Amino acid sequence: MTEALLEVTDLVKHFSVSSGLRGRAASVVRAIDGVSFSIRRGETLGLVGESGCGKTTTGRCVLQLERATSGRIRFDGSDITDMNQSELRQVRRSMQVIFQDPYSSLNPRMSICDILAEPIKVHGLVPDKAKREERVRELLAQVGLLPQHARRFPHQLSGGQRQRVGIARALAMEPKLIVCDEPVSALDVSIQAQIINLLENLQARLGLTYLFIAHDLSVVRHISDRVAVMYLGHIVELADRQALYEEPLHPYTHALLSAVPIPDPKLEASRERMVLRGEVPSPLNPPSGCVFHPRCPIAVDRCSAEIPPLREIRSGHWAACHLA
Amino acid sequence: MTTLLDVRGLKTTFATSAGQVRAVDGVSWDVEEGETVALVGESGCGKSVSALSIMRLIDPPAGHIDGGEIIFKGRDLLKLSEEQMRHVRGREIGMVFQEPMTSLNPVLTIGRQLTEGLEIHAKMDVAAARARAMELLGMVGISDSERRLSQYPHQFSGGMRQRMMVAMALACNPSLILADEPTTALDVTIQAQILELMQELSRRLGVAMLIITHNLGVVARYADRVNVMYAGRIIERATAAELYANPRHPYTLGLLRSVPRLDEPMRERLMPIEGQPPDLTRLPRGCAFAPRCAFRVARCDAEAPVLEAVAGGGHVSACWEATRLVTKAAA
Repeated sequence: MTEALLEVTDLVKHFSVSSGLRGRAASVVRAIDGVSFSIRRGETLGLVGESGCGKTTTGRCVLQLERATSGRIRFDGSDITDMNQSELRQVRRSMQVIFQDPYSSLNPRMSICDILAEPIKVHGLVPDKAKREERVRELLAQVGLLPQHARRFPHQLSGGQRQRVGIARALAMEPKLIVCDEPVSALDVSIQAQIINLLENLQARLGLTYLFIAHDLSVVRHISDRVAVMYLGHIVELADRQALYEEPLHPYTHALLSAVPIPDPKLEASRERMVLRGEVPSPLNPPSGCVFHPRCPIAVDRCSAEIPPLREIRSGHWAACHLA
Repeated sequence: MTTLLDVRGLKTTFATSAGQVRAVDGVSWDVEEGETVALVGESGCGKSVSALSIMRLIDPPAGHIDGGEIIFKGRDLLKLSEEQMRHVRGREIGMVFQEPMTSLNPVLTIGRQLTEGLEIHAKMDVAAARARAMELLGMVGISDSERRLSQYPHQFSGGMRQRMMVAMALACNPSLILADEPTTALDVTIQAQILELMQELSRRLGVAMLIITHNLGVVARYADRVNVMYAGRIIERATAAELYANPRHPYTLGLLRSVPRLDEPMRERLMPIEGQPPDLTRLPRGCAFAPRCAFRVARCDAEAPVLEAVAGGGHVSACWEATRLVTKAAA
């Protein structure tokens, strides 16, 4: 087993929300409530869950775009949790991000060439202007764009092409880790596969490590080596993709998998479906005990009283359920 | 069964700075009574514009319907007066949109929004409308309806708001519901709830549904017949079972193959559809899909294919190479 590039231990992130005009009686949103995982070099860890489960906040904490309330984050051998801004500058080069909506994450008034050249210049990677343009052409080629795209502006590109620019900008820093936050969910189905194949090619060629955040379970299964399922700020299950999809141990994972529609009417008709009752509770006031117990079809008394820890049930297969 | 809605040769055009864009280019399809029909395609294929055209919600001067007929219960909706059309919208055809928050009025209570239509279209008095509103909330699975009626949309969660939209669409006992991406903005577990609810209600009440979506998976379970659209035209139509088992257009085949599936063994590589979606202002002379098509022959660039029967049961495809597709796909 190769060593871990990223290690997250007991990560907690609470946001305080003030209510009333004077901001009194602040209540706390428990966005992440004790999350631990690690990613090995060259590995892809998928992070799935529904909106509000804390998957994006986890990504932002890893990138140090949010300061964690408590917990530790080790990246590439050093603890980055308490680093100051100038130390972080160095670390951030090695960890990049790809966002969901490539249109709102690219400056509409800059040409593609400027968008890609700016970070290279700011970080002093290639000081010479002509060589920098050479590097931009190289990056464009890497993501399957043509040299003439350098002179275009974001609005002149299609959604898929813009996402390629977003990927090229991440690659410009020669990163080790890329946090991909819903990188294909805003794209048309026919384009999604292009981008996923591109991400896989780049990983094989450049030895990249991905934290792949998404809500689409089929896509996550395809691209990830291991998968973590989040619910209301907790990781409820973490395993190799094969084990997770074939023998899920947590009832929430079960429900998620059975809710995914399959494009085959014959199979769909014969499929047993587990439709969950109710909706995700508010992280302002999470349920006692296991956070999933109000919706869980197999919950017992113990579930509302006691928080189930994330236990290793089989080798490498972790689940947080009393009944697993 | 009798035909409830019959769209014939519908053309809808928008004037843009880049020129005239024909968003819907002469499409014909129908919905029978009580049937669930799907319009599937990617952004810009004309599926939503088709629905808006049926409701005559295309705003001039930017857009206008410049051809075709929309026969609903024997009348051409395009020939109705605005007054008559308003009646059709409220009473006979219900709509469910993708984003419930933007289609509900944030400063009116849920109760007011449900009863308004009942008072105007069904001519109910205040008490009768309120009773009906409570019944509707119960029907869509919202409990505690007395209290819920006096709440505002922001006090409802996304799933509840979509249930409320379904209740509004059903309020005046319509015979057709147009659902434009009804679950796209929702989480997977809530999507399943809403779709089950819509299917159950449509069967119980005998309401026909037109589901507009980009998700082939959604359609597989809930639609009787599927129309696949590309660049403003229907390129394939079949019953759902037939379409998935035996796709006869390269675009449909590409869509089915490019998505990873939970029920299949894991694949090393996905098979994307290469290239970019078409620019509607610069469509090729022949088949709009030809530039991205693996089955392209010389004829595809010269001549646009028309919908032709390729198998029994009303399976039609607009592809010159539809027969070659069968052998290739099987290989």
